[in-house]
Amino acid sequence: MTDSRAICARFQCAFPDFSLDVDLTLPGTGITALFGHSGCGKSTLLRCIAGLQSAPGTMTVLGEPWQTETFILPTHKRSLAYVFQETHLFPHLNVRKNLEFGYHRISAGDRQIQFDDAVRWLGLESHLGRMPAGLSGGERQRVAIARALLTSPRLLLMDEPLSALDLNSKREILPYLERLRDTLAIPIIYVSHSTAEVARLADHIVMLEDGRVVAQGPLRETLAGTDNPFRIQDDAGALLEGRIIDLDEHWHLALFRFDGGQLWLRNDHQLKSGDRARVRVLARDVSLALTENSNQSIQNLLPAVIDQIDPDVAPGISLVRLMAGPTPLLSRLTSRAVAQLGLEPGIKVWMQIKSVALIA
Amino acid sequence: MLETYWDPIWLTLRLAATTTLLLLFIGTPIAWWLARTSHWLRQPIAAVIALPLVLPPTVLGFYLLLVMGPEGWVGQITQSLGIGLLPFTFEGLVVASVIYSLPFTVQPLQNAFEAIGNGFMEAAATLRAAPLDRFLFVAMPMARNGFLTASVLTFAHTIGEFGVILMIGGNIPGETKVLSVAIYDHVEALEYTQAHWLSAGMVVFSFVVLVTLYALNGKARLGAIR
Repeated sequence: MTDSRAICARFQCAFPDFSLDVDLTLPGTGITALFGHSGCGKSTLLRCIAGLQSAPGTMTVLGEPWQTETFILPTHKRSLAYVFQETHLFPHLNVRKNLEFGYHRISAGDRQIQFDDAVRWLGLESHLGRMPAGLSGGERQRVAIARALLTSPRLLLMDEPLSALDLNSKREILPYLERLRDTLAIPIIYVSHSTAEVARLADHIVMLEDGRVVAQGPLRETLAGTDNPFRIQDDAGALLEGRIIDLDEHWHLALFRFDGGQLWLRNDHQLKSGDRARVRVLARDVSLALTENSNQSIQNLLPAVIDQIDPDVAPGISLVRLMAGPTPLLSRLTSRAVAQLGLEPGIKVWMQIKSVALIA
Repeated sequence: MLETYWDPIWLTLRLAATTTLLLLFIGTPIAWWLARTSHWLRQPIAAVIALPLVLPPTVLGFYLLLVMGPEGWVGQITQSLGIGLLPFTFEGLVVASVIYSLPFTVQPLQNAFEAIGNGFMEAAATLRAAPLDRFLFVAMPMARNGFLTASVLTFAHTIGEFGVILMIGGNIPGETKVLSVAIYDHVEALEYTQAHWLSAGMVVFSFVVLVTLYALNGKARLGAIR
């Protein structure tokens, strides 16, 4: 229980509309996504972790007890930072004063993140004198993130920081979040209901349903599990990590190689050869054939072995888990097709991948 | 002659300023508690504070007179403390005004605190601010307009007080004879010129105070947006 490099949280509490019952051990590095539909308790869990909501349980962060059976450390004494969906920038203070609010409240020796660094990381140099009311949604969220970081927290909590933003502001913020993930050693717990955000940012995922954990683990394995009870119908899919190894300027394509094969992608993000990339292949975009049939419009054909076949939550649909080398992928087929092709675990098939989404 | 003008004016301003200052100290924690609590006593206490709004001032004055008089429990306490009796003194007027004007301080402040909501206070807590720190540096500045409104209303309301003062203060020049009572006296004695001077003076003074504070208030709002 007292793993000094992990975050342990156990809460059991009945609220008026649902009950929370979780026992989690989260890694002390990287981004952990708390994922689920609205009302599943993910935000409540985050508030319990922060101490903003009291619930019986225990909580230890990197070896430091924040809550035991007998005592609860008040929020303002916890070395955490919290980024709210609505930012909650103080309207009576300008950007600089907002940023300094937490920074000045920790002792100088604890300031591992310096003021100028946070301002530079989030591109706020020219906004310091402005009032929050005059900022755009994306700018406001960047100030909120910088303000949170300036308390040099041991744990950063983010509650759907992008969900109140329009598409352009989301695009504006995401690269900043990726940079933070890659440069800071601070563990981040990120609440989201967006598969796209989670697929792009997270390293680890906890799926919640009705206040309970239904699946958890490293992102790639968890997303591609057919037994993953969360299979959000159309959203089920696998996540591939790899590199761009070749470009086809003429057809505007990039060749992506992962552990298990190669795929052609539309090069919408001006990727260069050698770039790291994350690619999401949705189960509904993968069909299966018993032979290699290259005489068709689909460009991406990959050999794979069937690992497991499970019924989907929708009737008449099956979710097939395939292994391309060591990498798991999912295919969503009608149960009739599974029967007619005689598909079963161990059979070699060709995956026809209709579309591939590049996410980072 | 000039003294009969200035004594009541000076007394009235002193009374209003003292009352306002005291009420900001007394009313702020009450308003904060009312704005944040879900305690069952919240409604009854809010009702007690609002009583002066609906009661005839003479009722309030009558009971205060009884309670602070030689037979009342407050009167017993003040006497045993060697302060003497409060009715018919300036201090007695202050006590009565504080009670009479309480809702004019508490309600605007309570509204202002409620309008802030929980989110900003939670954000401050995650930024290492302890409860008092959060109150002083987040809630108070954000409720700035509430404090201005509360001060103006309390001050103006105390200046306009008549019934309570008549009951508890009587009409002692330099001690309890405030403006409203002085005007009443002049009218009773058919001294309309003097009554005019004081009344018109009050109209102008009240107008100037209100305009100044509204202007400050408006500026504060503009500043927040800029």
